[in-house]
Amino acid sequence: MAFTSRLVATLALLLAAGAAHALSIFATVPEWGALAQELGGDKVKVYVATTALQDPHRIEARPSLIARARSADLVVATGAELEVGWLPLVLQQVGKPASGAGYFEATSAVPLLDKPAHFDRAEGDVHPFGDPHIQTDPRNIARVATALAQRMGEVDRANAAFYAQREKDFAARWNAAIAKWEQQAAPLKGVSVVVQHKGFTYLEHWLGLREAASLEPKPGIEPTAAHLAEVLAQLGREPVKMVLRAAYQSDQASLWLAERAHMKAVMLPFTVGGTPAAKDLFGLFDDTVQRLLQAAR
Amino acid sequence: MSRLIASAVMLALLHPCAASAATDSELEEIRAQIRELRSSYEARIQALEQRLKDAEARAAATPATPSAPPVAASAPPPVVPPPAGGAQSSGLAAFNPAISAILAGSYNNFSLDPQQYRLSGFLTPDGVGPGRRGFSLGESELTFAANVDHKFAGVLTFSVSPEDTVEVEEAFGTFNGAPYGVVPKFGRFLSAAGYLNEQHAHTWDFADTPLAYQAFLGGQYRTDGVQLRWVAPTDHYIELGGELGSGDTFPGAPRNHNGAGAGLLFARTGGDIGESHNWLAGLSYLDTRADARSTSAIGIDGDTGNASFTGHSHTAGAQFVWKWAPNGNPLVHNFKLQAEYFWRRESGELAFLPQGSLALAATAPYSSRQSGGYVQGVYQFMPLWRAGLRYDRLDPGHVDSVVLAPTSFDPERATAMIDWTPSEFSRLRLQLAHAKLANGLTDNEWFLQYILSLGAHGAHKY
Repeated sequence: MAFTSRLVATLALLLAAGAAHALSIFATVPEWGALAQELGGDKVKVYVATTALQDPHRIEARPSLIARARSADLVVATGAELEVGWLPLVLQQVGKPASGAGYFEATSAVPLLDKPAHFDRAEGDVHPFGDPHIQTDPRNIARVATALAQRMGEVDRANAAFYAQREKDFAARWNAAIAKWEQQAAPLKGVSVVVQHKGFTYLEHWLGLREAASLEPKPGIEPTAAHLAEVLAQLGREPVKMVLRAAYQSDQASLWLAERAHMKAVMLPFTVGGTPAAKDLFGLFDDTVQRLLQAAR
Repeated sequence: MSRLIASAVMLALLHPCAASAATDSELEEIRAQIRELRSSYEARIQALEQRLKDAEARAAATPATPSAPPVAASAPPPVVPPPAGGAQSSGLAAFNPAISAILAGSYNNFSLDPQQYRLSGFLTPDGVGPGRRGFSLGESELTFAANVDHKFAGVLTFSVSPEDTVEVEEAFGTFNGAPYGVVPKFGRFLSAAGYLNEQHAHTWDFADTPLAYQAFLGGQYRTDGVQLRWVAPTDHYIELGGELGSGDTFPGAPRNHNGAGAGLLFARTGGDIGESHNWLAGLSYLDTRADARSTSAIGIDGDTGNASFTGHSHTAGAQFVWKWAPNGNPLVHNFKLQAEYFWRRESGELAFLPQGSLALAATAPYSSRQSGGYVQGVYQFMPLWRAGLRYDRLDPGHVDSVVLAPTSFDPERATAMIDWTPSEFSRLRLQLAHAKLANGLTDNEWFLQYILSLGAHGAHKY
């Protein structure tokens, strides 16, 4: 009898411990960390592997990432080879396959733009599956939210309804915000921009911006003096109002160009945490739209 | 996991009628499947809508994008690309492993004839040294890698040595279904005996190995065997591992015995300090048995010859790596400090045979305690450009042998390098070194090296 009661007590304890254990999520980049937090609330523990000030293409498989990936129930990555330089190594070292329920790729929920017609590294760091920087279009965030909430529910069945409810709630707030941003950004339609790295394809697509030039001679290749001179000459023929760069990029090239071509150098947060105002996903787009509007004025 | 088990046990306890629980869970499963189907269709329809929109937008925008690359301008109308991308041309090719090739080679200039290269007081196997003089192919490599199935993954790497021979550098499988997060690896692999040891030559920050690697690991230690590694499920990185191997390579030697000829234990830890700093520290202990291990040596009379060692060899290693990049962004500036130290104890018997001698080899007891290490720093001073310094020192320590010449000379070397990395797939390097190898034996070396990587995008270890 005493044994039975002790067993029941132990089981109850175990269960309590289980209930207290939050779904552990390893997000490769801040935007998916923020999204998982929106969807999971207090039922999840989110670790974000990188910050907005780090180049997502150039992350190292450092020890802390290995430790965090080991204990994660769900790895949330961008996919489309954005993390190809480090994530496979981290997962392999902890014996987790990059497939199955515990691995989620945001790009699996989004139609990718800029799929190259042919693959040649002479064209720079080409992403063969298409442009992976999907987070610059809030409509993509909504698509990823739906798929991610469902996946979180599959990994943590006990809270599936909770995640689904939060996703519904998030989607409602998010769609309202998108409508607001689109209204605010209406004057940006057709505005020409120069970009430092081809990382804003989806943003341009969403707001109807026109990309006139890129400071990188080829994607992923640092701006060169010769190429900058070319861009400068082009801007002399057809002036452009602003040059965009992400928070993690060096400001040297865009400031140099902005001064000579009489345009504004605009730093965009690019992801959550890129600027003080981009504290969460809503702040990210509030700030992005405001910065663009300010430069277009 | 524990949560799952606990809830399952509780369910079984609380529901005397297991059948009703089963139907409930079945119902839940069907519901989940329906949800899944619905959402996957929704996603697909969304994707199609998006593609239609894109096509319309592109058709409208094509004439208005003067700076678009010619590829995009002349691209055919979007002919419904498959949603997931990837290889679609042929079902057979779709499962081809990822293939990558490393082309590495160098022009080397040494003041010392590589034939005379030796590390005073150390028994080193043939082939240890800075390489060949003049133009030579370094470690060019060809790697195939793929998942085998849902449980196994495999990697095969061939390397072409400067002597025009092709070797199997690595050929291993990994298993990802082991319990408790243990990751088994089996086949031939680069051992965890040191930090640099686990990395392929083309990722090294200098063109050649540290002297300590030449003296204690025969250049780079690889073994045929089994490795188990385990990362602790804690927020702080702790990794433990062990290897059992044939011990065929230096400091071991081929043996004709059942069982393992070498064993290795290692432990690693590391972490972040703020966003700008991270570090890794490790210890390793390698235990091998050598059977007639052949190395060159200098006899008690000062004549060169062949030393054949039979006995035990124990090598302990300590590693430390520290990396810095402002805000963790290495794009413009970054710094890497790396140091390793090895201690080795050997005991057994050693037979020495002078070169060209027809006499019988003189055999005598042999024991030694030796150590050595290196420290190096590499700084990226502007995008694409890095410069590095390395200092090597070996301590020949105590050698008890009546057939070998005694020495108290500490070999040392200072190296400087500068490299240019136009993209993550190519690198050119110039390296200068001044080495004092033995009494009266000095080598001034310079290397001009290229490293090109083709094919699949590789991931580099920390």
